[in-house]
Amino acid sequence: MRHWNILREADGFATLVFDKAGTSTNTLSAEVLAEFNEALDALDREPPKALIVRSGKASGFIAGADVDEFGAIATEEGAIALVKRGWNAFERLAAVRYPTLALIRGFCLGGGLELALACRYRVAVDEPGTKLGLPEVMLGIVPGWGGIKRLPRLTGAPAALDMMLTGKTVDAQRAKRMGIVDEAVPPRIMENTARGVLKALPAPRKLPFAQALTLKALVRRVVAAQARKQVARRARREHYPAPYAILDLFAKYDGDALAPPSGDPASITTLVRTPTAGNLLRVFRLQERLKSLGKEGSLLPQRVHVVGAGTMGGDIAAWCALRGFAVTLQDQSAERLAPAMGRAAKLFRDRLRDERRVRDALDRLVPDVAGHGMARADVVIEAIFENVEAKRALFADVERKARPEAILATNTSSIPLEDIAGALADPSRLVGIHFFNPVVRMMLVEVVVGTQTRRDVATDAAAFVRAIDRLPLPVRSAPGFLVNRILAPYMAAAFRAVDEGIAPEAIDEAALAFGMPMGPIELADTVGLDIAVAVGKLLGGGGEAPRKLMELVDAGHVGRKSGRGFYTWTHGKPAKQPPGVVPAGLADRLVDPFVAEAKAALADGIVGDADLVDAGAIFATGFAPFRGGPLHYAAGRRGEGTPATVEPVAVV
Amino acid sequence: MATQEPIYLVDGARTPFLKARNRPGPFAASDLATAAGRALLLRQPFAPTELDEVILGCAAPSADEVNIARVAALRMGCGHKVPAWTVMRNCASGMQALDSAMANIRAGKSDLVLAGGVDALSRAPLLFSDAMVLWLSNWYAAKTLGQRVALVAKFRPGHLAPVISLMKGLTDPMVGLLMGQTAENLAYRFGITRGEMDAFSARSHARVLDAQKAGHYGGEVVPLYDKAGKLYAADDGMREDSTAQNLAKLRPFFDRKYGNVTAGNSSQVTDGGAWLVVASERAVDKHKLTPRGRIVDTQWAGLDPAQMGLGPVHAATPILQRHGLGLNDLDCWELNEAFAAQVIGCLRAWDSDDYCRTELGLPGAMGKLDETKLNVDGGAIALGHPVGASGARIVLHVLNVLERTNGRRGMATICIGGGLGGAMLVERV
Repeated sequence: MRHWNILREADGFATLVFDKAGTSTNTLSAEVLAEFNEALDALDREPPKALIVRSGKASGFIAGADVDEFGAIATEEGAIALVKRGWNAFERLAAVRYPTLALIRGFCLGGGLELALACRYRVAVDEPGTKLGLPEVMLGIVPGWGGIKRLPRLTGAPAALDMMLTGKTVDAQRAKRMGIVDEAVPPRIMENTARGVLKALPAPRKLPFAQALTLKALVRRVVAAQARKQVARRARREHYPAPYAILDLFAKYDGDALAPPSGDPASITTLVRTPTAGNLLRVFRLQERLKSLGKEGSLLPQRVHVVGAGTMGGDIAAWCALRGFAVTLQDQSAERLAPAMGRAAKLFRDRLRDERRVRDALDRLVPDVAGHGMARADVVIEAIFENVEAKRALFADVERKARPEAILATNTSSIPLEDIAGALADPSRLVGIHFFNPVVRMMLVEVVVGTQTRRDVATDAAAFVRAIDRLPLPVRSAPGFLVNRILAPYMAAAFRAVDEGIAPEAIDEAALAFGMPMGPIELADTVGLDIAVAVGKLLGGGGEAPRKLMELVDAGHVGRKSGRGFYTWTHGKPAKQPPGVVPAGLADRLVDPFVAEAKAALADGIVGDADLVDAGAIFATGFAPFRGGPLHYAAGRRGEGTPATVEPVAVV
Repeated sequence: MATQEPIYLVDGARTPFLKARNRPGPFAASDLATAAGRALLLRQPFAPTELDEVILGCAAPSADEVNIARVAALRMGCGHKVPAWTVMRNCASGMQALDSAMANIRAGKSDLVLAGGVDALSRAPLLFSDAMVLWLSNWYAAKTLGQRVALVAKFRPGHLAPVISLMKGLTDPMVGLLMGQTAENLAYRFGITRGEMDAFSARSHARVLDAQKAGHYGGEVVPLYDKAGKLYAADDGMREDSTAQNLAKLRPFFDRKYGNVTAGNSSQVTDGGAWLVVASERAVDKHKLTPRGRIVDTQWAGLDPAQMGLGPVHAATPILQRHGLGLNDLDCWELNEAFAAQVIGCLRAWDSDDYCRTELGLPGAMGKLDETKLNVDGGAIALGHPVGASGARIVLHVLNVLERTNGRRGMATICIGGGLGGAMLVERV
C-alpha cells in the first residue's frame, strides 16, 4: 500500500496511518479509498484490540476528497461512483467490530471529517491549526460520504445543519463542546488521550432530550423546513441547489445521497447537471490561483508601518496585527489614533476570544504619532486622505527614513501611482496595495503595479498580501484599477434606472435574482454615495452624473453612514418596500455593462487573463459566484465555451 | 573616590499618571509599563532584543504578574533571551531599579539596561481577613456533611469585611504608623502649620497646570489608549480648584479629627509607570547613542521609620558633601512630595543648626533650599505617587528640567516608607 500503513503494537492496539504518497496534503482519491478498503481487509483478517486512525503528514489530518478528481467528473455515472466509493468505505468503517478512534490534528474537512465521524471516537488536538468542517456546500455539492447521517447524531440537527449549510469550520474546543469530538487536548498528551479513551471505552454521549428529538423522523422535516426558510434568505434554490439538497437528504433520506431517485432535486444527478457545482469549483480554483500569486516573493516581512489611522488605515493596521505582524500606526495626533485603537481592540476580542491572545495582538499594535516605526518596518503602507501633494510629501519623507529593502506601498484608489512615485529618488520602489472596505471581510487586495514598479517589489507585495491571509490580485495602474472600474458601469446603470423611475427595491431585486449577494443600490448606500460620486468622476465615462444620486449627495444623504441614502437606514439595516414586479430585462441592463467593462479591462491589460478578471469580480464585488465570474458567464451565454446556459432547477 | 565608569542616561518616558478613583483603573501595571516602554524603545537606534536586561521597580505587583519586569519585557518585544527582574524598595523601587542597573553595568554584567518603575495602586487588591481565610481553609478541608454544618454555624458576616491591602501597605509595621502619621510627626517636630501645608500643595497643583500648558510634560509623557478607544494623554490628578482656600476645607485623613495632614496635602493614590535607558560607554559607542545625562552619584540612607519623611535629607546630604556642593549649587531639585509636611520638614531640617549638628554630624545648618529650583513643574501632591514609578519619574524629570533650563546638575531624592531615603545626582551631558 502506498498511502496507508498499519502499525501494530504488542498490546494489541493498531494505528492506521494515512500518508498520501507524492503530496504534502492528505486527500481522499479513488486510489486512496481503494487502498483504504485493502487496509480494512488486512484489519479484518487480524482484528486489533482497538484502532487509532491518524495522519502521517507534517500538517493536517485530511483536507477532504480529491478536488481534481471531483472536477474531472464528466458523467452522472462518474458522480454516483464517486459518492458510492466514500459512502461504502465509511459505512464499512463504522461497522467494524473493534473500537476505532480518529486522532485529529490540523485541518479535518469534508471527506476527512466524514471518515472521522465513521470512527467510534474522535480526539482533536487543541491547537490553532485544528479545524473541523464540512465545506462541501461551498463547492456546490453535499457531504455525501455519511456526514449528513452522522454529524446530527453527535451534535443534534440544528448545529449540524448550521455547519453543513454554511461550510463553517470549528476549532478543537468548539468541536468538543458541540459533541463532534470526545476530547480536545494539547499535543503533549494527544497520544495518551487516544489510548486512554480506547482503554476506557466510554459509552457514547447521549444527546439532551431536545436535541435527540430533532433527529426523529417527523421532527426532521420541521427542522429542515425552518432551515430552508433561513437558507432562502441568503441563497436561492435556482442558484445554489446544494444547501437545499442537504436539507432534503437530512429530512427524507438520513443522509444517503444515493437514495433519492434520479429526477429528484436532491439527487446527485441534479447537482451535477447544474453548472453551479462546476462554477463553484472554478471559484475555489481561482482562489487557489490567487493564493499562489503570493508565493514568489523573497521578503519575509515581520514589521508593518501604517500611516493614516482612518477607517482604512486603522483597520489595515489592526488586521496585520491580528495576523501576527508587529505594527506601528501613525497619524497626526494621539486623538486621531484613539478610535482606531478602540476598533482594533473590538476586532481582536471578536476574533480571538482568548484574553491572552487579545492582549498579545494589542501589544503588537503600537500607536506611533512621531512615525518612529518607519525606520524598522519591512512594509510601509500609506492610507492617508486622497491628496496627491500630501502623499508625495509623505513618501519623500518615508524614503528617507525607511530601510532600503522596505516595500513602499500606497492604498490609494484614485491617484495614479506614477504621480506619487515621481516624488521618490527611486520611483521603482512604489507599489499599490489596495484594500477594500471593510478590510476584515474583503479577501481580495489589488496589488497595483505602476509602469515604474520593479518586478521584485510587486512580487514581494503580493507575498505580503498573502502573509496577512488576503488574496493578492496584480493589476496594472490605470484609473479604477480593476474592481472599481468594472463596478462603476454596473452602479451607473442602476442609478440611471432610478432616474427613470424604477424603484430601488426592484433594481436590487433584479440583481439578487441574478445572483448578486447585494443589490447595487444597497451596495452604493453601504459604500457611501459620496464615494460612488468620486469614483464616477475619476472614471469619467460618458454623460452627466445621475440626477437622483447627485440630489442625495448634495443634501448630505450619503448612505448608510449618514442614516439615509437611496434607502433610510436604521441600525445598519435599510428600510425596503416589497419590490413588486421587476421589469423584464432589468437584470441584463445591470449586468451587461459589468460584463462589457470586464472585457474592456481585460483588453486594456489591467490583469493578466480572463480568469483573473473573474477572480477580481467574484472576490471583491461578490459577482454571483455560482456563475463563475462575469467573463465566464458571458462566454457561456454566447455558447463560446463551457458551461451550457444556466437552466433553472425546478423549485420544490 | 576612584574614578568609576560613567553611567549614561540615554532617554526616558513615562505614562500619564492617572488618579485612582474609588475603583480599579483602566490599566493593569504591566499595561502601563508596556505602553511606556514600547514607545520609548521604538525611538531608540537599537532593537529591544539588544538590551542586556530589564529591571522594573514595583511595590505592589498583582498576583498574576509578580515578576512584572519579565511580563513587561516580553510584552514589549524584548524576546525570550533578555532577562528581567523586579525590585522593591517601597517608594523608591523605581530609583532602586536605576541603582541596580548601575551596579550591573559597573560589575561588567550589562551594558544596556532598561530600568524603571510602575504601580497600579487603583488595582491593589482587597484581601480576605485572617478570620475568613481560616474559615475557608477549614471549609476546603471539611470532608463530612457534619463538619460542613458545624462550619456554617461558626460563620459570621463580619468575616466578609475585606482588608484593604493598600492601607496595609501604607502602614509601617515596625512603628504602627500610617505614612501620613509620620508626616504629622514632622509637622509637630518642625512646627509646620496646616496653612503652610495647604499653600505648598496649592503651589504644586498650580505648577503642574502651568507646566502642562507650557508643554513641559509633552516630551516625557506617552499617551495611553484603552480598549474602548479612549485616549489618556495627560496626567489627570491636578486640579484648578486646589487652591489653599479650598484645601483648607478638607478634613484630616490620618489623625482623624485633630490632625493636619489631609488627602489634599498628601500625594495622591495613582497609577503610572516610568522608564529610562541606562547605558555604559561601550553601549553608547556600539549603538551610536546620544546620551542626555549621567548618573553621577547615588546614596541610600536609613533613619527612624517614624520620621521617614526626612529620608531625602539623609540621602542627599552625603552626596552633596562628597562633591563639595551646597544645597543651591545645584540647578534643579526633585524631592518627591509624599506629603507637603514631609517636604517642608526636609527643608526645615536642612535649615536647622540643631538638626544638622545632631543628626547629620555637620558643623551647622546647610541653609535654605531655593524653592524656585524645587519641583519646578509640580510634584506628587498634584501628579500622584504610583509608588514604584516615582523614583524613576523624578530622575527623568530632573533630566528634562536641566535640558530645558540649560542647567548642569540636579538631584532627585525620595523618602521611603520604613525609614529610608534615596538620592541620585544627575548631570546633563
